[in-house]
Amino acid sequence: MSEFDDNDDRSTGVNRRKVLECMTWAGTGVLWTIAGGVPRSMGLIGEALAAEPSGLTFLQISDSHMGFDKPANPNVKGTLEEAIGKIRSQPVKPAFMIHTGDITHLSKPSEFDDAERIISQAGLDVRYVPGEHDILDPDVTLYRERYGRGSKGSGWYSFDANGVHFIGLVNVANLKAGGQGSLGEEQIAWVADDLKGRSTSTPIVVFAHIPLWAVYPTWGWGTEDSGRVLELLKGFGSVTVLNGHIHQVMQKVEGNVTFHTARSTAFPQPAPGTAPSPGPMKVEDEKLRTLLGIADVIFKPGQQRLAIIDQPLKS
Amino acid sequence: MTRAITRGALAATFAAAILAAAAPSLPARAADAEVKIDNFTFAPERVTVKAGTTVTWVNEDDIPHTVVSSAKLFKSHALDTDDKYAFMFTAPGVYQYFCSLHPHMTGTIVVEADAASNASR
Repeated sequence: MSEFDDNDDRSTGVNRRKVLECMTWAGTGVLWTIAGGVPRSMGLIGEALAAEPSGLTFLQISDSHMGFDKPANPNVKGTLEEAIGKIRSQPVKPAFMIHTGDITHLSKPSEFDDAERIISQAGLDVRYVPGEHDILDPDVTLYRERYGRGSKGSGWYSFDANGVHFIGLVNVANLKAGGQGSLGEEQIAWVADDLKGRSTSTPIVVFAHIPLWAVYPTWGWGTEDSGRVLELLKGFGSVTVLNGHIHQVMQKVEGNVTFHTARSTAFPQPAPGTAPSPGPMKVEDEKLRTLLGIADVIFKPGQQRLAIIDQPLKS
Repeated sequence: MTRAITRGALAATFAAAILAAAAPSLPARAADAEVKIDNFTFAPERVTVKAGTTVTWVNEDDIPHTVVSSAKLFKSHALDTDDKYAFMFTAPGVYQYFCSLHPHMTGTIVVEADAASNASR
């Protein structure tokens, strides 16, 4: 906790560029930068990492699904261990890690224990938000007891690190029939309060399990009231939204907001509309690790640029 | 092939035996209904049954689902692959339900008055 700034850091900061560029590795060693929706190649990933950012580097992992044992990946513990191994071997040690939910498959204590045992081997502070698979226990207490200490409502909170304001949201609780992910009135009011008086030059990172943009509503891949939170973030120069849930890399840039989803460490899911359902996708064994992975997020002060580098377990 | 048929036939015989044994202790009622959960859908999406029918949901997906009444009348635990949940509908009415994990999954059970049991009274 000590490495994070106080929650009420409202300093105005320097006059930073309000252009947000986002780089994502397509998985073939090429780094892409996407500015204004136009992707452009930036060279090899090695060159980018060699630049050794002096700002903030943090990691995102998602959808570990401890306990899943179906053909799409009968060894989710093994692939999570590989992901953690990859994190340990990063050329730049991340400041901390976020996990965007579905830590477990069925919210069993043993599944939470397995996740804890493996993820702790990264030796990093981890900030979590729950996925719908993490709140399946009858009393819905296991996630909150382990990861929700000090959070509000169903588990939302914010913190600051290196001048970046992080907001962890919960969009998997109290879902309504026929709907998608949902944040709810109480949480949206809390976000409004959390942002009140904050300088618009503060880079904002919002993270939640289900995408906060309409990836594919037919499969429920969106959050019905996310527009209200995005409205609250409109004045901010740099907003990055990180999600999981869909087990594949997807990105969209809209004005100053970059939306990005991370790969799962457990199993891939089909691209929107390419299968009868969003269920686990069985691929050839050799291909599985190219579809699982982690994401590096790099922030450089003064440039107001967040780079997101997706790294598959195997390229 | 032969073996499969034999096994199927055995299973049918076994099931019939159970039904025969259980029948005398049960009140006369409509056949029970089953809803399959497959490919993130409830199938059939709409089921019409007589009052007193037990509807059983079976999850055939590789992902857990739940069966939750929109009016909070019934609620299953998380159903893993092959798990079942059963609920007996005693009162006529239209019962909407959904999966609380994937709320775009919705279904309806329509319960009609059991004419046969009314007539017998």
